[in-house]
Amino acid sequence: MRDAVELLMDATLTRPMPARTASLMFLRMLAVQSSWNYETMLGTGIGFCVEPALRLLPGGRGGEPYRAALARETHYFNAHPYLAAIAVGALARVELDATMPPAQIERFRIALCGPLGSVGDRLVWAGWLPFTVLLALLAYGLGGGPVLVVTLFLVLYNVGHVGLRAWGLRTGWTHGMRVAGSLATPVLRRGPEYLARAVMGLCGLALPLAAARILGQRAVTQLHFDRATILGNHALVFLLLAIAALLGLALVRLHGRLDGWRVALVIVALLALHSVVT
Amino acid sequence: MILTTILVFALLGAILGLDVVSFPQAMLSRPIVASTLAGALGGSASDGLLAGVFLEMMALETLPVGASRYPEWGTASVVGGALYVSRRGDATSALLFAMLGAMLTAWAGGWSMYALRRLNGRWTKRALPALEAGSPHTVSGLQMLGLSADFLRGFVLTGVALALLLPLTALAVANGHGDSARIRAVLVAVAVAVAGSAAWKLSHGSKHGQWFFFGGLAIGCAMLLSS
Repeated sequence: MRDAVELLMDATLTRPMPARTASLMFLRMLAVQSSWNYETMLGTGIGFCVEPALRLLPGGRGGEPYRAALARETHYFNAHPYLAAIAVGALARVELDATMPPAQIERFRIALCGPLGSVGDRLVWAGWLPFTVLLALLAYGLGGGPVLVVTLFLVLYNVGHVGLRAWGLRTGWTHGMRVAGSLATPVLRRGPEYLARAVMGLCGLALPLAAARILGQRAVTQLHFDRATILGNHALVFLLLAIAALLGLALVRLHGRLDGWRVALVIVALLALHSVVT
Repeated sequence: MILTTILVFALLGAILGLDVVSFPQAMLSRPIVASTLAGALGGSASDGLLAGVFLEMMALETLPVGASRYPEWGTASVVGGALYVSRRGDATSALLFAMLGAMLTAWAGGWSMYALRRLNGRWTKRALPALEAGSPHTVSGLQMLGLSADFLRGFVLTGVALALLLPLTALAVANGHGDSARIRAVLVAVAVAVAGSAAWKLSHGSKHGQWFFFGGLAIGCAMLLSS
């Protein structure tokens, strides 16, 4: 009997989402944060994204099930904007299956918030984004022009971005209530760790090369550095890297108390003042 | 002429400012893209890229995590790129003042986003009865209102920043007497320090992360020495 019920559930899980509904939901996902606020956070956005699927409920658009589900889906919600696609797919599925009481759907929504937020932040904001940015900086350091650097960054980043949203929507829809298991896939579980290592390696590789390109030969000769030193033409670059390392070390030690960009703003402002006054 | 230029850059700032959070978050608003586009619009994509690389290093530590308040680099990078390509006079001094202008705009942009989110909250609260009634028009309306307000925010911020900073930068560059090579050297050191510390803070907890960093650094330095 239990096997039969599970088989029935699996059968319902393979129901495909209509292509038009899926496309609308995907497009709306790109604007999921448009009305982001400190009260309901992503809530309205989630309702906006799920809405095309709710039109398939009995009674259609404007019917009682549709209105009740839409009201529910606009309640407080918070997650990473890309991984919110998993929630959107799963919630659409749960609402259309109509096998779960409203209070349980509410609890399911809340349960999704935490994991989708923390996994997304580590995978995308702290992993994929710095990884692709540093690759672009490396391309610049190796002599890449504007078209190459910008195209490389945008294409690579958005392969991950669009792929993650599309995968999330499909996964959420396919697994519905049992979507939590999909968060244990290797990409989400091990991805942040691998990306963190790649970010560290790329950081060490890209920054000296980008710095050298920015400084160029002109800066070196203007500061009268001896071109015959053991460091060759790049004595200034290595000196600056050493200074940057000391400043960077101080910023790491002050992590949580002082933002690097604020320190940079003060230094740049003082430099600008000095340049005008002297 | 200047007004037309400012309006064109403001339109670019509005579009890229929208990308930061509202739509579509495809990272068109990252400094390395936004500043290059502003540079291309102003006549030199290469100059825009140079300004963008500096700003990107400064922005690397900014994580656009939901509720936190962070500098908004999208419109700021348009301002930075526009200021740098519109220069008359010494390029390095112009870069210095463009960076300063961009960073101040990023700071103001962070506040403008905070204000917009509070405004979104007020609109949502006002619409709660309709939302509880399951009104699809209210849901779409709130999303469109948020999008339009964010577009307007980027447009006004870029326009006002450029209207203020274009003449100020021209004046400062004309009166600047700093040593170009030293200014550029300090800018590079600061940018590398911020970017390096940002990557370290983000990723040093990974297994053997430090070794990856020093390995990359060794390869980078070896490539420099052999060039």
